[in-house]
Amino acid sequence: MSKLDYKKDYPLAEQRPELIQTPTGKTLEEINLENLLQDEVRIEDCRISQQTLEYQAQIAESAGSPQIAMNLRRAGELTRFSDEKILKIYSALRPFRSTKEELLGIAEELEREGAVLNGAYVREAAAVYEKRKKLKGDKGSSL
Amino acid sequence: MMNTKRREKLNSRPINRDSFFEEWPEGGLVAMKSTYDPLPSVRVENGLIVEMDGKSLEDFDSLELFITRYGIRTDRVAEAMKKPSREIAHMIVDINVSREEVLAITTAITPAKMLEVVNCLNPVEMMMGQMKMRVRKTPANQAHVTNVLDNPALLAADAAEAALRGFSEIETTCAVSRYAPFNAMAILVGGLSARPGVLTQCAMEESLEVKMGMRGLTSYAETVSLYGTEEAMDDGDDTVWSKAFLASAYASRGMKMRCTSGTGAEVLLGHSKNKSMLYLEILCVFLAKASGIQGVQNGSISCIGITTSVPKGFLAIAAENLTVSLLDLEVASGNDQTFTHSDIRRTAKLLMQMLPGTDFVTSGYSAVPNFDDVFAGSNTDCDDYDDFYMIQRDMQVDGGIEPIREDAAIAARNKGARACQAVFAELGLPTITDEEVEAATYAYSNEEMPKRNMSVDLAAAHDFMAKGTTAADIALALHRGGFPDVAENIMNMMKQRISGDCLQVSAILDDQMGVISGLNNRNNYQGPGTGYRLRDERWEKLKTKDSALVPHLILEETGRDQYRTMRKGLSEGEYAEPGEADIVIGVSPAFANKSTGDEISKNHLRILEEIREAILEEGLAVEVVKMYHTSDLTEIASLSARFSISGVGIGIQSNGRICINNKNKEVDEGIEAFYNMPLTAYSKYRKIGKQTADFVRGRPLEKCEESKPAGLTNYQLQMLRLSGEERQFINKNKKPCRLVFE
Repeated sequence: MSKLDYKKDYPLAEQRPELIQTPTGKTLEEINLENLLQDEVRIEDCRISQQTLEYQAQIAESAGSPQIAMNLRRAGELTRFSDEKILKIYSALRPFRSTKEELLGIAEELEREGAVLNGAYVREAAAVYEKRKKLKGDKGSSL
Repeated sequence: MMNTKRREKLNSRPINRDSFFEEWPEGGLVAMKSTYDPLPSVRVENGLIVEMDGKSLEDFDSLELFITRYGIRTDRVAEAMKKPSREIAHMIVDINVSREEVLAITTAITPAKMLEVVNCLNPVEMMMGQMKMRVRKTPANQAHVTNVLDNPALLAADAAEAALRGFSEIETTCAVSRYAPFNAMAILVGGLSARPGVLTQCAMEESLEVKMGMRGLTSYAETVSLYGTEEAMDDGDDTVWSKAFLASAYASRGMKMRCTSGTGAEVLLGHSKNKSMLYLEILCVFLAKASGIQGVQNGSISCIGITTSVPKGFLAIAAENLTVSLLDLEVASGNDQTFTHSDIRRTAKLLMQMLPGTDFVTSGYSAVPNFDDVFAGSNTDCDDYDDFYMIQRDMQVDGGIEPIREDAAIAARNKGARACQAVFAELGLPTITDEEVEAATYAYSNEEMPKRNMSVDLAAAHDFMAKGTTAADIALALHRGGFPDVAENIMNMMKQRISGDCLQVSAILDDQMGVISGLNNRNNYQGPGTGYRLRDERWEKLKTKDSALVPHLILEETGRDQYRTMRKGLSEGEYAEPGEADIVIGVSPAFANKSTGDEISKNHLRILEEIREAILEEGLAVEVVKMYHTSDLTEIASLSARFSISGVGIGIQSNGRICINNKNKEVDEGIEAFYNMPLTAYSKYRKIGKQTADFVRGRPLEKCEESKPAGLTNYQLQMLRLSGEERQFINKNKKPCRLVFE
């Protein structure tokens, strides 16, 4: 399939609904109140999938925004992680929270799970944090 | 030194309660351009930026590293940087250069270059640029909905009203932070009870905000703050990497988010490193761009008191908003904090964003009284709605909200509060009583609300989060509680996350859940007749003013059947004859007639009384004669003179115009001494009575100055109405009659 283009494929829900599937395999059409009442749809089904985020990344790229596309691709990788896991990684990335080794550990873990963009991203953070003294224990030390 | 009275008056004006500072470059207290700001430069090696704005790679701090890696189009940067800043500024305001052509340059320049470019623009050029460069063609607006008691029923009612007024996004926060999940839920339910597609958020500490978002209690996030120096970022307990990770986290759940920054923040934190406020803010916007965040809330925001205290404060704020648009991002353009005591000054500030239009003209407008706005008040609050609407109407400009009818407001507020009551009941949360619902429906502020048991609420809010309650639970509760339509709207908000259409730049939802963003509603302004135009249905809505008089209807409704009915206090007597009294006052056909309406007729009676009393006080006799056959003022005055003993008569029209005539003169030479009198300047009429008496005694008439009423428009419309009536009351066959006071 050729890459999506904002001019013809956006909004995805209107222009290309057939492309959209939840991570649990539901179609957009199946997500409705009736099915929620019947317990045939649950909150877990109301999630965006990595594939849909990839489509949106292509759309952003076609509209001239590689940065938004990059963010959406990183987000795509994160769809497979639990809320708790994501919050934990976020906390670890805050300043003075982690050692370089801890950050590299997170990067490896991410890469093991197939989140290679995020893995590389955390590695990059680890290197910058080391250089700019944002690692655990660096607080108060001057550059 | 003794002050002039004029100076003393000026000192007492609201503007002089504002604080102002001289510029202080060493402390970073400079709005737009400091001698310490870097000069633009760039060097690219093997597709990597190795020098930016006078600094080389090895000296980059984490912000500069991030910006050079992700925030600038390295493929075009060398070319773009060669263009003189003034030429780029020209492109921004040149209607013959498209937005896309400008973006090709501005997304490939460095922060210092951006600073130079926006420094070329004056306020009107800044606004011109904003109109052309904002991402979404259709402007929108955002509301604050909070109250100092965190009362959920009131939050829901206020959110419902805000949604009805057309705010695309509604933002809340808490007075007591543990109320957060309830506040988020109250505006979610309230907002969506009035209109599908309203985006809501609850501004809290980052982790809690993400958590609530992931559970669907909120539908977007905005308070991800960025700062322009590393030290300030440290103070904010984040790095650029952690912030950008957060951006991906929100997107991974299909949630829209933008970040927040603004001039003055670094100065306030003491970390400005003596750069100008605008330069540091430009760095923030570049960081947002580099992170792949779709939009920025800026425009000084919570630090606006600082930026507006120094010269060019408003201009710097307009420049930071414009910078967001120049980087092809959604801008929610501040106007969301009180910063001045002066109504003139706050309006001037608002117009700089409202007239060109931004993606969100304010971020947000306080939909509650400012004392209930927990974000520390906004530049405009619910008391300003009619002013805001009339600015839209006066200038045919779309500020993103629309007038509503009072009955619709009441219905929406009531439904919002009841829906929230139902959710609380169904989820086993502390009861919202009928009394609370009723109070919330009609309330102005928290002060009308019955007090809730706060400790019970907070314990319940804690359990609510601990149990992991989600938007799905809320939708089910609404359905059980008798609000299937609101349940449906909540379900649809969860559904829209699945497609991710709101993750694209500057997305809002219409009331059919259709997405309107910078991609399918691209701003294509290129001069008169292009871009967004306020017209058709939307204009019809925005120009509505319920209390506006309808000129042709006023005239039609004038009651012909009440032709001869006099006001209480006056009745028709015999036909008038010469020699009635020393002075005769002649009134026009419509004067003091019932159909002219109570207020005006009361004024008419008062006018007559004032003149009569003044003449009687001078020891002269006076009678009033009603003319039916003519409404011509000089003719009325002339006839009155003929009916008088002294030969002096006063003519009055129903619009208050007055004419004094001496019968020895020809009709057309009547001394029309006073005219265009407002119907309320009673002392003037008294003076006229006195002067007429004096005139009869042989003193010359003084020229009396015209009196201008305060509400000029109202007055003019009244005149229009009364002049129209005069003609309708003419009865050519009826002779003048004496009027008798009862």
